[in-house]
Amino acid sequence: MNDSPDTRPAIEFRNVSYRIDGDADRELLHHLTLDVQRGETLVLLGRSGSGKTTTLKLINRLLVPSEGELRVEARSTSDWDVIRLRRMIGYVIQEVGLFPHFTVERNIGLVPKIENWPVNRINERVQELMKLVGLDPETASRYPRELSGGQRQRVGVARALAADPPILLMDEPFGALDPITRAELQHEFLDLQKRLLKTVVFVTHDLREALLLGTRIALMEAGHLITVQTPEEFLTSTEPLAIAYRSAFETTFDIPRGRS
Amino acid sequence: MNLWQFMLQNHTEVLELTLEHLWLVGISSLFAVLIGIPLGILITRWPALNKPILGSANIIQTIPSLALFGFLLPAPWIGARADRLAILALTLYALLPLIRNTYAGIKGVDRSVVEAGRGMGMTNRQLLFQVELPLALGVIIAGVRVATVISVGLATIAAAIGAGGLGEYIFRGLAMVNNQVILAGAIPAAAMALLADVSLGWLEKRLSPR
Repeated sequence: MNDSPDTRPAIEFRNVSYRIDGDADRELLHHLTLDVQRGETLVLLGRSGSGKTTTLKLINRLLVPSEGELRVEARSTSDWDVIRLRRMIGYVIQEVGLFPHFTVERNIGLVPKIENWPVNRINERVQELMKLVGLDPETASRYPRELSGGQRQRVGVARALAADPPILLMDEPFGALDPITRAELQHEFLDLQKRLLKTVVFVTHDLREALLLGTRIALMEAGHLITVQTPEEFLTSTEPLAIAYRSAFETTFDIPRGRS
Repeated sequence: MNLWQFMLQNHTEVLELTLEHLWLVGISSLFAVLIGIPLGILITRWPALNKPILGSANIIQTIPSLALFGFLLPAPWIGARADRLAILALTLYALLPLIRNTYAGIKGVDRSVVEAGRGMGMTNRQLLFQVELPLALGVIIAGVRVATVISVGLATIAAAIGAGGLGEYIFRGLAMVNNQVILAGAIPAAAMALLADVSLGWLEKRLSPR
């Protein structure tokens, strides 16, 4: 095996555990070992409290492992300058976390701004990104509260991509959207990812989203990693939890009997 | 002689006392802002300091104002001049609303917004000045407003230790059992309090996000 940084996984979890305040009774993540390959979209699938978001926040060091080692770009997150580490990792969260007092333009240009890019380069980049995520240029001077949920989420994605980070963390980015907008954004994400080939870690509890977007699916439950499979493998998996997920998402449009 | 005639006749004195009053309130409010806001920020960063600092500010508030003026009288330099003393006492009283509102304002900023900022690699300083303070500004100004309105009222008592201000008329009127003289101090003071309330209220509304 070649150990040069280019062929190594972008993110490597080695026996990583996380406990709140190091308290063994409050363990949110249990001995996780997992690689995220360069350019893949790894979906963390699981229900609330399964440790998906914890896993994500460990990557950009919003949380610090209680045990084990986590390497990003072949370097342990504890050796990274935390600000540098975070600026090379785009971060999109469900509540979007857009700054309500910043216009769309300023929100998207935030990371280039704190990276001290020259103003005209920031403006160019913002325009480019707005086009990329399908935002009307007219929205540039609006505030987040004046946007629809779908538009806000697009701004969130554009903001995360602004400084062209190699890694993207997405925490249920489409969870709060209506089904039609969600489907729209999911397909746009696929198109975008085909072109950009970022290393993406994507958190969701929606099996259909996981199957659609993931190159691999890491199934989690109560802080444990149950299995990592491709979507095709997942569909035929005999793993009990995978079966449970499949049956929960089986669609029939029958209206339950006993209702009139 | 009615009130207006009295105020007209003594207009230079009324003006002088009003300006003195404004000076006491303005300077003490300024000091309180300069001390209270940093302290409020400090206790959001160091939760261990929360109780001692808010507790002390709370205790100061419970000391009757006349007594506080008295306590500070023997203090060196400060006690040497009545206006210094009054400004110190007024500053101390104004601290609590400022510390409390700064703290509450910053703590009230949407957690997901702060986390997004942190996750994108903003430094603590950038988070504070670009996100937390701007979003807390409305609440902080509300604290300034409360503190200033309280100060305008409290500053009338400063006349008891000879610091001047509109309280002079109130105490003089009380001694003379003359309501007009009392009102000549009380009405401008009340107007000042109202004006501070309205203008800072307007500012608060303007600077509150959304």
